[in-house]
Amino acid sequence: MIGITSYGAYIPWHRIDRQQFAKAWGGFAIPGERAVAYYDEDSVTMAVEAALDCLGGIEPSTVDGLLFATTTSPYKEKLCSATMALALHLRRDVQTADVTGSLRSGTTALGFALDAIKAKRANSVLVTASDTRMAAPSGITEQSLGDGAAALLLGKKNVIAEVLDSYSISDELAATWRSETDTFIRSWEDRMVMDESYSKVMPEAISGLMSKIGLLPKDFAKVVFDPPADVRRHGRVASELGFDPAQLVDPAGIFMNLGLLGSAMSLMMLVSALEQANPGDKILLAGYGNGAEAFAFEVTDAVKKLGERRAFAKHLQSKQMMNNYNDYLRWREIVPLDQARRPERGHISVAANWRQRKDLLGLWGIKCRRCKTPQYDNGGITTTPIRVCAVCGAVDDFDDYDFSRKKATVFSYTQDLLAPAADPPSSVVLIDFDDGGRMLFDLTDRNPDEVKVGMKVEMTFRKVFVDRGLNNYYWKARPVRC
Amino acid sequence: MSGSIKDRVAIVGMGCTRFGELWNKGPSDLIVEATNEACADAGIEIKDIQAAWAGSIFSGHGGRSVSEPLRLKYVPVTHVVNACASGHDAVRNASYSVAAGIYDIVLAVGFEKIKDEGMSGLPGMDNLTHTHAVATMPGMFAMMATKYFHRYNLSPQDGKTMLAKISVKSHYNGSMNPKAHLRNVLTVERVLNAPIIAWPLGLFDCCGVSDGGSAAIITRADMAKKFRPDPVYIKALQICASPTSGRITTDYDLTHVEEGYRAGQAAYAEAGIKNPRKEISMAEVHDCFSITEAVTMEDLQFSQRGKVKEDIDAGTFELTGALPVQPDGGLKCFGHPIGASGIRMLYELYLQLQGRAGKRQIENPKLGLAHNMGHEPLAPTVSVCIVGL
Repeated sequence: MIGITSYGAYIPWHRIDRQQFAKAWGGFAIPGERAVAYYDEDSVTMAVEAALDCLGGIEPSTVDGLLFATTTSPYKEKLCSATMALALHLRRDVQTADVTGSLRSGTTALGFALDAIKAKRANSVLVTASDTRMAAPSGITEQSLGDGAAALLLGKKNVIAEVLDSYSISDELAATWRSETDTFIRSWEDRMVMDESYSKVMPEAISGLMSKIGLLPKDFAKVVFDPPADVRRHGRVASELGFDPAQLVDPAGIFMNLGLLGSAMSLMMLVSALEQANPGDKILLAGYGNGAEAFAFEVTDAVKKLGERRAFAKHLQSKQMMNNYNDYLRWREIVPLDQARRPERGHISVAANWRQRKDLLGLWGIKCRRCKTPQYDNGGITTTPIRVCAVCGAVDDFDDYDFSRKKATVFSYTQDLLAPAADPPSSVVLIDFDDGGRMLFDLTDRNPDEVKVGMKVEMTFRKVFVDRGLNNYYWKARPVRC
Repeated sequence: MSGSIKDRVAIVGMGCTRFGELWNKGPSDLIVEATNEACADAGIEIKDIQAAWAGSIFSGHGGRSVSEPLRLKYVPVTHVVNACASGHDAVRNASYSVAAGIYDIVLAVGFEKIKDEGMSGLPGMDNLTHTHAVATMPGMFAMMATKYFHRYNLSPQDGKTMLAKISVKSHYNGSMNPKAHLRNVLTVERVLNAPIIAWPLGLFDCCGVSDGGSAAIITRADMAKKFRPDPVYIKALQICASPTSGRITTDYDLTHVEEGYRAGQAAYAEAGIKNPRKEISMAEVHDCFSITEAVTMEDLQFSQRGKVKEDIDAGTFELTGALPVQPDGGLKCFGHPIGASGIRMLYELYLQLQGRAGKRQIENPKLGLAHNMGHEPLAPTVSVCIVGL
């Protein structure tokens, strides 16, 4: 049996009420709110978070492949899944690929992963889909988009939803696009896209799949397919296909609370369906973008045995409303801003980062074999990597120690207003890890007023610095999210 | 440890520039002015200097940074870089060379030209991999204040008031010092109402960021009185560099500085001091932030652990108190040109011991202690120097 063995998701903590857009620009506000990636988040960091959620209780070394689906890769040239593989503690002989440039890259990657498993190239493949698409300020699309990520683990063991079959349609139309130099998405007239593409392609893919496997609309407990830019027209296609509204995972819920999540949209809807799925349920999934891909799954008894995840439901509930639209402009780096009169940071050294890639991206520290003290040093002038134990003086007598999945307690903190920060103050915490080890970290996703000694925190993968087009990914602490 | 520097070398001349935002002075001005004053004070000329040690962390690049402006003629010059303890370390190395019998007349000079950077505060604390948390020096020391308040159950108001009194005292002393950067008198209320820099530290909890230079002429103890009748003898020179375990292991409490305590203990042993609170007449300590001075009073055993507030409230460290601290205004008001600060502290102790401190003169001092703390509380390098008649 081949299929989904685990799922996970990530939704940024910060949300903005769409009234804020109308307040800034005048005009119409779409009801509801949207998710906004924080200044230290991008499609890579969100995908790592979703993947960590998905891998909860699963040994990372059992994963044979990692696919990163996005239309907002931070790089035109450089593999993001290679970065992610280190953050996720995957093996060196893992197959990594980025599937980019298409709104249905999430379902495309899902198809690739299933094919690799069928072809026995891999036993277990992790698929992540993540997007932080941007529209030019003042337009309605700026309100309708949202940031988020979803992850699925595909494999043969402990399958929670067996894949029955899939069907694809390719279709040429420039519905939305970004050129090599575009920051913001461009779109053709929505009515034409709806009439000539979405309302034809989506039914074609879904009907094609159903006839291929001999199933009827009534056979599906849950139906998940990408909405068009005008979400209201999702329902019309569903009813034309013969689905009852009760069968639908209604994208309006995600749209109203988070926005359109790009390549992560259909997989996020699938995750929300899996959270509530019962053994025996058949689920239909279809992703849309220059064609469509449809998949059919049948949920197994194992779905009830999967450990608890934050996935969609918990992440959705855990949120912080943004105070104003200016923060959105600042965090997404849409407008140039006054620079703090503080020294410029030095350049990234590719050599130094490469040397310490395991410690930096994977947050691997050491545990002294003699005195058993877990240790990590992220601020030393010359002490990284640790070669001499800070407690007993043992030299190079250590085991690897994973700090990335540990929780910790704030030992002391400051709110630094002199330090340059995209969302001042710069909250910095000295934290004691639950099983030993102390470190100094930036604190992210925090309300400064709520930070105190004794607060519980966890680690989160973030973008901490950008230099000459290179992103420095590293870890920060955050108050335990939910 | 077998040796001791006690009474083997003496300071016979000292100089110090005015500290401040010296927009029209460069590093060479600071070096030449401080050295000229020190040479004149010792009754020697620059050409008499046989070797020199320079302390600076931002403005110096090798020994030539000092030989060049002073036109020292082919003598050895060593550039010492040891964070805020650079000045004291220059004095330490200069003193050891004299005590070893290699040279008779040497120069230790500290200098820093910070205000050419076009920004507030000191350069950042980034490391090579940019993984250091985005905190400034005020931020790093603020964490110590947070922890001190937490450990001793001080409300933010009580804790900040305790710290405010430290700054008020230093500003009062600094107001009488013509060379000090900041010479305004403060009130506790004004300190408490100042803008926050890094919670819980406000503007007046932070020392001045200044340009400046300071210099000492050091010679053999047995030759000292040839230069002047009142040489000041070195009693102890200790430096303690951190193994940086405070940031790594959970046993460090962040309400004291282990390196400060140990440097103090080593200096007291070297100087033969049994009861520092009684025997030390005055101290210039590293008050980069008000909390640093508070904790240092405990590390140096001037106050009992957790009890510095009682001594602050009692006025113990005021100019007229039992143990005056920062008689010249300290880093807080004299200013903090990093490499120059250690020798600036010795300059004040030297003037006080010789009875030349003017309005700030402490009655009949015998022993003075100077303390510098480099880097940050989780990984400091601390120097303690003791001088006396």
